Formats: sequence, C-alpha cells, structure tokens
Amino acid sequence: MTVYTTLATRIRANQPVALATVIDGPHVGLTLLMSPEGILGGTLGDAELDRVVARDAVGELEAGRTSIRHYGPQGESTPEDLVDTPTVRVFVESFSPPPRMWIFGAVDFTAALAKVAKVLGYHVTVCDAREVFATRRRFPMADDVIVSWPTPLFEKEGQVLGPRDAVCILTHDPKFDVPAIQGALRTSVGYIGVMGSRKTHAKRLERLTEVGVTDASDLARLLSPIGLDLGARTPEETAIAICAEIIARRTGRLATSLSATNGPIH
Amino acid sequence: MRELLGDIDRWKSQGKRVALARVVDTEGSGPRETGAAMAVNEDGDVIGSVSGGCVESAVVGEALAILNGEQSARVVTFGYSDNEAFAVGLTCGGTIHLFIQPLEW
Repeated sequence: MTVYTTLATRIRANQPVALATVIDGPHVGLTLLMSPEGILGGTLGDAELDRVVARDAVGELEAGRTSIRHYGPQGESTPEDLVDTPTVRVFVESFSPPPRMWIFGAVDFTAALAKVAKVLGYHVTVCDAREVFATRRRFPMADDVIVSWPTPLFEKEGQVLGPRDAVCILTHDPKFDVPAIQGALRTSVGYIGVMGSRKTHAKRLERLTEVGVTDASDLARLLSPIGLDLGARTPEETAIAICAEIIARRTGRLATSLSATNGPIH
Repeated sequence: MRELLGDIDRWKSQGKRVALARVVDTEGSGPRETGAAMAVNEDGDVIGSVSGGCVESAVVGEALAILNGEQSARVVTFGYSDNEAFAVGLTCGGTIHLFIQPLEW
C-alpha cells in the first residue's frame, strides 16, 4: 500500500492519522504517515528525522493540530542544535475523526438538524426509544439511528464524547429529556442544547432538581432554550440557529452581525 | 482532503497524474484554514479549493507546470500587495502559503 492509499483508508474509516511532508529542505515532497501508535509508512529521507517527526506528530494528532515544524536534516530540534544547520521544514497535517452530534428525539426538527450537521461534517447519531419513529427511512441523512433510552446509550458509548462534540435534546418529553441530560452531563461533551420554551425549561429544571441535578456548574452547561436568537420558526431555520450556537460557543464569539462590530474576522 | 479522496481515486484508477495543493500556513485574514486542499489532474480538471476562489486559477497553472516538469514541488505564496495591483492576491488582505507537489506517494 502506498502512503496515499493508507491515508485514504484511515480517513474513510474515521481513524486518526497524521501526514508529514517535507516542504523545504533536502528531500522536498517526501512524506511520512503516522497513527497514534507510530509510523505507518513512508520516510522523510533520514531515519532519525523520521523518528523525531513521528514523536512530534503523534502529539500534534492528539491535539488535532496542523502546523509547520522545523528540524535539522537529522531531526535536530533544539535551538542550540539548529544553529548553523540548514533547516528542514515539515508540514504536519492531522486528520482527526469527525466531531459527533447525538440528537435525542426522532422529530421533524431532528431531520433538519441532522441535515445541517452533516453539511458541517458531523458524524450524526439519532436516538429515540420509539421504534416507529427512530427509523433509517425517516433519517436517511444520519450516520446511525438507534432505538434506545438515553441511559444505556450513554453508559455504553458516552466516553467517546469530547469537547468537539455536541448533544442536542429535542424530545420535549421529560421521561426522555431528563435521563438524556443526566447522561450528557456525565460526559465531557462540549455542547449540550435542550429544546423547549422558557416555560418548559423552568419545569425541566424542577424535575432535574428532583433527581438531584442541582450543581450550578452542571446546570450552566445546559443551553436551553436551544439555539441562537435568529427568530427561527421552521425546523430548517431552527437547525441553523442550533448549529450557529454550537459554532459561536466553540469560537467564543458573541454572534452579532460583523457589520455591527470592529476587529479581526478570523 | 477527505472530500477529495473519491475524485483522486477515480483519476488514479484512470492512470491520470495528479498534483496536490495544500494550505500549509496563513497570515492575517484568510477564507480557508491550514490543510484546505485542491487537486489538479494532468487534463487540468480541478477539485477542492484553497481560498474563496481568489487564487485557484493561478494554482492550476502552478500545478500543471509541476506535473509537466517545468517546476518542482514547492511552497507558493499568494498575498495582496498595493504595489502589485495586477498580481494574484486575496481580496481579504491575507496571505496564504501553499505546498504544491505531484501526488506520487
């Protein structure tokens, strides 16, 4: 298998992989491919350089970073070692699995949200306990459609959720909402949005108190009512409002019009 | 890169030579992040993008020159400059550094 074939296979299988390419130095264009476990193939033209770049690339991959790194021809990496040494510039590109979105509740809003989330590159899971509604036929755009109550799903797979991922709870049904919220709060998921009017949210808070979810830092993680205030009405508009909130939370922006603000855009 | 794989596979299975251009660094405002990629085959067919459409046609020229052996794999920089009103640049005022090479690995 060539470096490209292995790279393509791993990207398609959603397995983490890092590609290092010499962009400046004696062997411009040579590549080295790495998984978190080590080198998968290729070479940058020097065994010691390969070893040092592989060590650094695994760290970059864990952090999901893509950047240019500087070395000497044999992998020298400290500033003292690099004095009077020609520099090799290596572009290290991390390919991390797509972020995940778990959507609870198989409703119309779910179909629209799953569609927009796919456009943004999410791996989308739809979960509902009702077999009649949680079908592939109704959610062909989702990667997984799971018939389950929230608790077993979180117990089984909740540990995969991290800061880049999102949980959107769209059911409006306390029987389902409350365990979904409890499950999500036990993970390190970056975004927890819960649908419902302000009145529904107030009632939900009472129910959460009854089951012992009272910690202020836990409750602060819940974004409810879900989404940015765009005046969204249809499921599609609401999906945009939810995804826009997810982006704004990640970037820490206020989500006003750029024309109304100053300063750098990116 | 992910979005390019299908077309690259098809081109390779047809025996076409392919050049890959990737954004390796950006300065200032830029429409695409590091890692954004486009690919050009020997017929000049293009997939993907590395900016908001500002520099893609210039990249195709560079990529074909590399595939033809007139240029070797290298870093190419695109940025806007007031002194070079006709030079290819980014309307947003940023600078992007692309690495363009034949996909022969």
